[in-house]
Amino acid sequence: MKITTDKVNSNLVREVEEVSGQKVSACFQCGKCSGGCPVVLTMDVLPHQVLRYAQLGLVDELLHCKTLWICASCQTCDSRCPRNVDIPKVIEALRLLVLRNKGGNYLHPNDLSEKVRRNAPQQGLVSAFRKFAK
Amino acid sequence: MKRIGVFICWCGSNIAGTVDIDKVAAAAGTMNGVVYVDQNKYTCSEIGQAMIKDAIKEYKLDRVVIAACSPRMHENTFRKTVESAGLNPYYLEIANIREQCSWVHKDKEAGTAKAISLIRTAVAKAAMNEALFAVEMPITRRALVIGGGIAGIQAALDIADTGFEVDLVEREPSLGGRMAQLDKTFPTLDCSACILTPKMVDVAQHEKIRLFTYAEVEKVEGYLGNFTVTIRHRARSVDLQKCTGCGECLAKCPAKVASEFEEGLVQRRAIYTPFPQAVPNKPAIDRAHCRFFTTGKCKVCQKVCPADAIDYEMEDRLLTNGYGAIVVATGFDTHKLNDYGEYAYGKHPDVLTSLEFERLLNASGPTGGKILRPSDGKAPKTVAFIQCVGSRDKAKGNSYCAKICCMYTAKHAILLSEKVPGSKAFVFYIDVRTAGKDYEEFYTRAYEECGASYIKGNVSKVFPEGEKLLVRGVDVLSGALVELLVDMVVLAVSVDARADAKELAKKLAVTVNEHKFFTEAHPKLRPVDTQTAGIFLAGVCQGPKDIPETVAQASAAAVKVAAIFSKQSLLSNPTVAEVEQKLCSGDMSCMAVCPYGAISEQVVEERRGREMVTRKIARVNVALCQGCGACTVACRPGAINLKGFTNQQILAEVDAICL
Repeated sequence: MKITTDKVNSNLVREVEEVSGQKVSACFQCGKCSGGCPVVLTMDVLPHQVLRYAQLGLVDELLHCKTLWICASCQTCDSRCPRNVDIPKVIEALRLLVLRNKGGNYLHPNDLSEKVRRNAPQQGLVSAFRKFAK
Repeated sequence: MKRIGVFICWCGSNIAGTVDIDKVAAAAGTMNGVVYVDQNKYTCSEIGQAMIKDAIKEYKLDRVVIAACSPRMHENTFRKTVESAGLNPYYLEIANIREQCSWVHKDKEAGTAKAISLIRTAVAKAAMNEALFAVEMPITRRALVIGGGIAGIQAALDIADTGFEVDLVEREPSLGGRMAQLDKTFPTLDCSACILTPKMVDVAQHEKIRLFTYAEVEKVEGYLGNFTVTIRHRARSVDLQKCTGCGECLAKCPAKVASEFEEGLVQRRAIYTPFPQAVPNKPAIDRAHCRFFTTGKCKVCQKVCPADAIDYEMEDRLLTNGYGAIVVATGFDTHKLNDYGEYAYGKHPDVLTSLEFERLLNASGPTGGKILRPSDGKAPKTVAFIQCVGSRDKAKGNSYCAKICCMYTAKHAILLSEKVPGSKAFVFYIDVRTAGKDYEEFYTRAYEECGASYIKGNVSKVFPEGEKLLVRGVDVLSGALVELLVDMVVLAVSVDARADAKELAKKLAVTVNEHKFFTEAHPKLRPVDTQTAGIFLAGVCQGPKDIPETVAQASAAAVKVAAIFSKQSLLSNPTVAEVEQKLCSGDMSCMAVCPYGAISEQVVEERRGREMVTRKIARVNVALCQGCGACTVACRPGAINLKGFTNQQILAEVDAICL
């Protein structure tokens, strides 16, 4: 892992901030998120480190870490963050970046039967397009 | 025709960077009445001012327009310049082409056009400026200091030592404030009470100081040099003349209530002196908790008092005094922890605030200076100190840094190692900030010599775990998770403005910031003044600060007060409202809108045809008027004008922009 000017100047921070609606630069690394995270023991990159990596543009490390798929979005970190950063939203944005980079959806709406399309909840459909793509 | 000179300032690149000065100068030369135009890199410099003076004489200028920074910055400087060249200072007009033009625009062309517009309005107004003269006003040479903590004590002593009279008002039954609650003070670890109590005694004994404890400011009227303040002397129920301070009553009183001074760790009686070194060392009855006042029966204190000093009939007294200046030194509250459930404060007795821990350290505190767990009275072997509780927290606390916590937590860690041999302190921090003389060395001592372990990371949760407390967090630097079993948790609580700071600000007509700290007139160059002349700030009521800074600010405020009092008289602000008798209809709409109570009714005699009639009109007290102009807007017949900003002058400005 190496911090370089190219990485720091990369678009990642802006992209994550845009997708998540959160200010990644607001994090001052107090670590309160990692300290209270109930699933932190299985993470390879701790929640506060996710924010730090994002601030420094360490794209590859972030997009290939397990943490993105371990975070349960339980919001414990968010409820204690003194900087008002909704970390689950940031992690969700990173998940989306991974999935979008992969391209191709697991499902295509046109492949679904009329009945499923009409009756399945929208949110369920959207997660089916994206999350199964992993 | 007036002879107007226009002086355009570059302000280095501040103005010249966004405004084409040559173009502006050329345009100014064509304006009505302008006979001379000059430009200077720094008009406020000595050379710049000399050029103005020379030009006034050489070109016989009778009005001066300076296009530069905001008038709040240098208007007074330039008024003096103009005056020293023989003109009335109010012949000067300033066009603000910095704050309201170059600083807020990037486009040079548009900035230049706007600068020209602003100068055109200033020239139009300058042509109509009239000579104004200040009036001399007397000064009441007695100061009021509000708050009897270290800030108020220092300010009162310093003012009194210059020979002027001071009244010190303290809300509690004793002087002392927060500093009296502290044990040792950083970075020298000298005893807080040992350096404070002599000053408290000095206040009580100083011949120039009148001390009013158990008293509050009720109403403030008036202006610099002549404030009229009503002080509520709360019914103490104890006659201070008769009471000898023997303490018989304190021992016998049956009603108990949590002691504010001891941060609720122990109980005090309803009749109480807050602490042993109190000044005056005489009790007060807390009527909200007194058995006699709540149930109608008891009077034990009266029975045991050998001096017959207890007076249940005593009532609040409102006394009004005149003052020339006021120092506000009302201190702070500690942050309430209702929103921090994760730290288990209030749920477990061994989770303490830093001020509560301070009382445990103190020899006159509830444990006689021994660090003991409130739960079982045992000495804690491991203590977790959590910093930034309620500070630097945009989500549910104060967004600002409370400034003192890093240092007092280092102090607590050092004192813990001294008082409990073999103990261990863990300090959870986000950043350690120890800027200050000998501060960094003090912090270093905590971890190098006293064995404190500093862990970078905010604690996420404190769980009660049997007799102990489990502290969960993360060490941000190593990425390792932290789980500590400790005997005690100390929360470094943030510093809040006083809960009622806003009400006091309203009474004083001063402003507070978004955190309710009183606002200084200028963050760098006038940190002791408020926007209201004659009212000064000292201590934490203006913003978080430690004891040395508080004392320095208090002494500074004292000098400001002494500077006012050492003048023969004060000059009034001549830009005040003026009523034209012929036009005034006497409906007094102006009186209703005046925030300073400067307008009153006046009965005048007038000739109407052949007979004399009397009628009422409005009258402006020029000493009270602050020149805000509210009355000129409320006046329907247009009978009131603000001198220096008359309706005609404003219209001329509007015409200059629009036509």
